Amino acid sequence: MLEVCQLSVQYRGLLALENVSLRLGDGELVGLIGPNGAGKSTLLKALLGLIPIAAGRVLFRGRPLPRQRQQVAYMPQRSQIDWDYPITAGRVVMLGRTTAMGWFGKPTAQDQQRVQDALEQVGMWAYRHRPINELSGGQQQRIFLARALAQGADLIFLDEPFAGVDKPTEALLLQVFMTLKSLGKTLLVCSHEWGPVLTQYDRLLVLNRRVIADAPPHQAMTLENIQRAYGESLGAILADPHTPFLAC
Amino acid sequence: MFLLDPLRYEFMRLALASGLISGLLCPVVGTYLIVQRMALLGDVIAHAVLPGLVVAQFFRVDMLLGAFVSGMCSTFVTAWIRTQSRVKVDSAMALTFSSFLSLGILLFTLLRSRLDLEHLLFGDILGTTLTDLVQMGLITLLVLGIVTLFYKEFLFYTFDRLGAEAAGLPVRTLYVGLMALITLAIIVGMQAVGVILVITLLVGPAITAYLLVRELHQMMLLGAVFGIGSSVAGLYLSYYLNLPSGPAIALVVFGLFLLALLFSPTQGILTRPKPTPGDPSR
Repeated sequence: MLEVCQLSVQYRGLLALENVSLRLGDGELVGLIGPNGAGKSTLLKALLGLIPIAAGRVLFRGRPLPRQRQQVAYMPQRSQIDWDYPITAGRVVMLGRTTAMGWFGKPTAQDQQRVQDALEQVGMWAYRHRPINELSGGQQQRIFLARALAQGADLIFLDEPFAGVDKPTEALLLQVFMTLKSLGKTLLVCSHEWGPVLTQYDRLLVLNRRVIADAPPHQAMTLENIQRAYGESLGAILADPHTPFLAC
Repeated sequence: MFLLDPLRYEFMRLALASGLISGLLCPVVGTYLIVQRMALLGDVIAHAVLPGLVVAQFFRVDMLLGAFVSGMCSTFVTAWIRTQSRVKVDSAMALTFSSFLSLGILLFTLLRSRLDLEHLLFGDILGTTLTDLVQMGLITLLVLGIVTLFYKEFLFYTFDRLGAEAAGLPVRTLYVGLMALITLAIIVGMQAVGVILVITLLVGPAITAYLLVRELHQMMLLGAVFGIGSSVAGLYLSYYLNLPSGPAIALVVFGLFLLALLFSPTQGILTRPKPTPGDPSR
């Protein structure tokens, strides 16, 4: 169980997050949505302790989360990674074992096994020797999910995993999310995606500097909540005929 | 006979050993610069060692120490400008580079330095002494030892900095460590090809290898092979054709890079496989 109480974050003198409180239960798949600049990525980074927090606390199973880094895996935005980096898929997944191996440690048979299990769970074992720049966007995302699995993390934060992937890949990633969920993993997914995909989450957190809504998809995506979160840009969203969020 | 003839002279034996050492070390460390898209930082550090050398000589301190401190300072100044403002890293590097070089030239004049500026800028591989060689060898052992010991941590850090930090790796320490390794490699490479051309040994052989291999450690190993090959070939060219050795080495490096660019089996302009439409692996 992840508990966030009254979290506030300042960025270059501005309040990027204000009194954010939330709870994530074991095996929950939670979507984090909101407009650009709402503080979604900031929230993920603050939870991980990558940026300083001005107030509040983040507890995982009763203890501060930044002290239990082994329990949490972070999948950065695609743009943060150089996909031409000379590294194979299998070795990316092995990076998940880095802290468990410790300084000067070499991969043991157990580490190798965990990497194999993780790759098999996301259906990428056959691709382990491929350089990452020879994989499709969806395959690259699955490799990063496998890294989180190999790490043995119970809590997985994903920053925009659907950005730039096509519909079949999106469906495939959702399938992997469900598998992880069934293994008791908790997933917090920061996403720009709208539409039917939102109904796949157990809960949605609508964010704009503060929590606007925290409820199952149908209750979170009310016109009022969207208006409060998206404000002026709402008109543009509603004008888009491909916006089926009201149906959910 | 062609290969053995230059070895009759001690200065050539020492020069070849110096070329071997810098050709081995620079590409290994330069690999980290390339994968972080920070190749120009090598140039910044190389030029930034100048004020340290002048001051160290003036106060009769070990020149290596002066070069190291000064080179490290330039990396801190670059990082400081980048993190404390909206200024992007390329601009920060350009400013740091020219400022440290200016400071070096200024101090050179003010302190009436007796350093040989030409040797510093263009290298003095033929003037390598046994003491130089021992120092270079020890630094190389130290740097390669650290790269081997912390390979997986540096791999994680350079591939996915945020992910590494989230996993609990001390990314700031790793950054400083990496900068220290790069500065040390530059100090070693400087002896062979000088401040201006050391970037060629750091970057050239490693990017040549980058076009041929799939993984970081392979890039380091093959880069070292190319680095050593270029240094030795450049020295022989310099011996037989009476060319300045630094530029000869640099141009051999570039020649090898061009060959890889044209003929790499997977990425060569003339040899890479044509993409087939509907390739299921993409």
